[in-house]
Amino acid sequence: MKLLVAVKRVIDFNVKPRVKMDGSGVDLANVKMSMNPFDEIAVEEAIRLKEKGVATEIVAVSIGPAKAQETLRTALAMGADRAILVQTDEEVEPLGVAKILAKIAEEEKPHMIVLGKQAIDDDNNATGQMLAALLGWPQGTFASKVEASNGRVKVTREVDGGLETEDLQVPAVVTTDLRLNEPRYASLPNIMKAKSKPLATKTPDDLGVDVARRLETVKVVEPAKRQAGIKVGSVDELVEKLKGMGIAK
Amino acid sequence: MSALVLIEHDGKTVKDASLATVTAAAKLGEVHALVAGSGVDSIAAETAKVAGVAKVLVADAAHLDHELAEELAPVIAKLMDGHDAFVAPATTFGKNIAPRVAALLDVMQVSDILSIEGADTFTRPIYAGNAIATVKSNDAKKVITVRTTAFEKAAREGGSASVEKMDAGQPAGLSTFVGLEASESERPELTSAKVIVSGGRAFGSSDDFHKLLDPLADKLGAAVGASRAAVDAGYAPNDYQVGQTGKIVAPEVYIAIGISGAIQHLAGMKDSKTIVAINKDEEAPIFQVADIGLVGDLFKIVPELTEKL
Repeated sequence: MKLLVAVKRVIDFNVKPRVKMDGSGVDLANVKMSMNPFDEIAVEEAIRLKEKGVATEIVAVSIGPAKAQETLRTALAMGADRAILVQTDEEVEPLGVAKILAKIAEEEKPHMIVLGKQAIDDDNNATGQMLAALLGWPQGTFASKVEASNGRVKVTREVDGGLETEDLQVPAVVTTDLRLNEPRYASLPNIMKAKSKPLATKTPDDLGVDVARRLETVKVVEPAKRQAGIKVGSVDELVEKLKGMGIAK
Repeated sequence: MSALVLIEHDGKTVKDASLATVTAAAKLGEVHALVAGSGVDSIAAETAKVAGVAKVLVADAAHLDHELAEELAPVIAKLMDGHDAFVAPATTFGKNIAPRVAALLDVMQVSDILSIEGADTFTRPIYAGNAIATVKSNDAKKVITVRTTAFEKAAREGGSASVEKMDAGQPAGLSTFVGLEASESERPELTSAKVIVSGGRAFGSSDDFHKLLDPLADKLGAAVGASRAAVDAGYAPNDYQVGQTGKIVAPEVYIAIGISGAIQHLAGMKDSKTIVAINKDEEAPIFQVADIGLVGDLFKIVPELTEKL
């Protein structure tokens, strides 16, 4: 089975985002950037499928600026076999990303595409579903368990009411949720080895994809802050307060 | 202008998330509600009574049972010939289907909207709620998912919409439903509960989490939630998780116990009307958003609180 994994370079999840004074967006200058945590889980899942002998080749793809090469090198150091960077300085929306990935899927013909359920910057939770639609493939979103065998993929999905399992035809798109696995750290020898793994670079134009934005950002502001309230000194005081709100008798 | 709303239901009843979605859609135009599934006559009748719904469209077919995205998205995309906007709740159900519809229509979805500023302008949270973006959609048709806590629920009674059966299309056959391991609970659902008691990693074990929180929740008629740390540690099942990547809740009262208040957790509950925090660390960030705080050991406080209520 050949796997494609898509990875996005985003603000590191430990960094608190700061809104720019002019309201044009979030300040990313001199901020630590990392692989989107959900995509890291996708890479890990692909590697585990390869270790189990289910997958034979893993191709990592990223769409972004030249620096997204670092993100791809991380995927290669974790265990992906080769990488493709679709280089652009534009901020590509999920629809554009899905179109680019669909073109790459046509060339690479993977059996499964694995990607994070959402990116922690724009929080859209849309790319995987859009990609599946464009390719006419089934989708297993918010996966907490993936079992691949005999040309089928069984995906257990984290849904509001519990865990739902679906059986998908291959090729399929799978998007990962937090509890699918715990991604490994790349070892130093693997980081060194990753430097010599192949990394091809293309542009959206090479693929014939128009990535013009459909959504215009009018402004970005900080959310309204909640004011801290009072502290009570005892359970009795708390009980009184709760009674005052009418939620306790 | 007309807006097509995807009604979320469990085969027995219309979910509250659908009611908030109707309210949002009504700001965009005449509301047509799509009820899909297999054997959904009673759901269609229930939807027809919801205030603000002008028309109910019913797609009833065996292959629409479980409402798999692969089956439902083409049905919706076809219906969009006659609608200007498609609006779904930003629940796991809506989030699974709406982007698939958007791509079929070549539209960029506007995800998880908090408000409608105009026919094409919306606000939405980005960076786990650390920033709020105002975005303008340049697509002719809109595909929108709605943060359901940001909109009032439409009344379940008062409407008298017409009900129309429609073409349910052909099976796509790409995927099959295997099963749902439903979380059984006598308690209210997290996303519609008036009171939520929520626990964090400070509980230390699954046993203590349930032994301490369950009786308190029962006393208050509350739903039980959990932080991501508590879910990751296995104290509570995944569908208890409140936060940016879990459930977004906004109850009357949210009681956070042993939860430090990581930004991703706050993003899921900071619209609660009143926040109560119990934590042994008085510097915990949760106290910066809490209306009422109590510093102390939860292992002493929770049993005492349960007893005195």
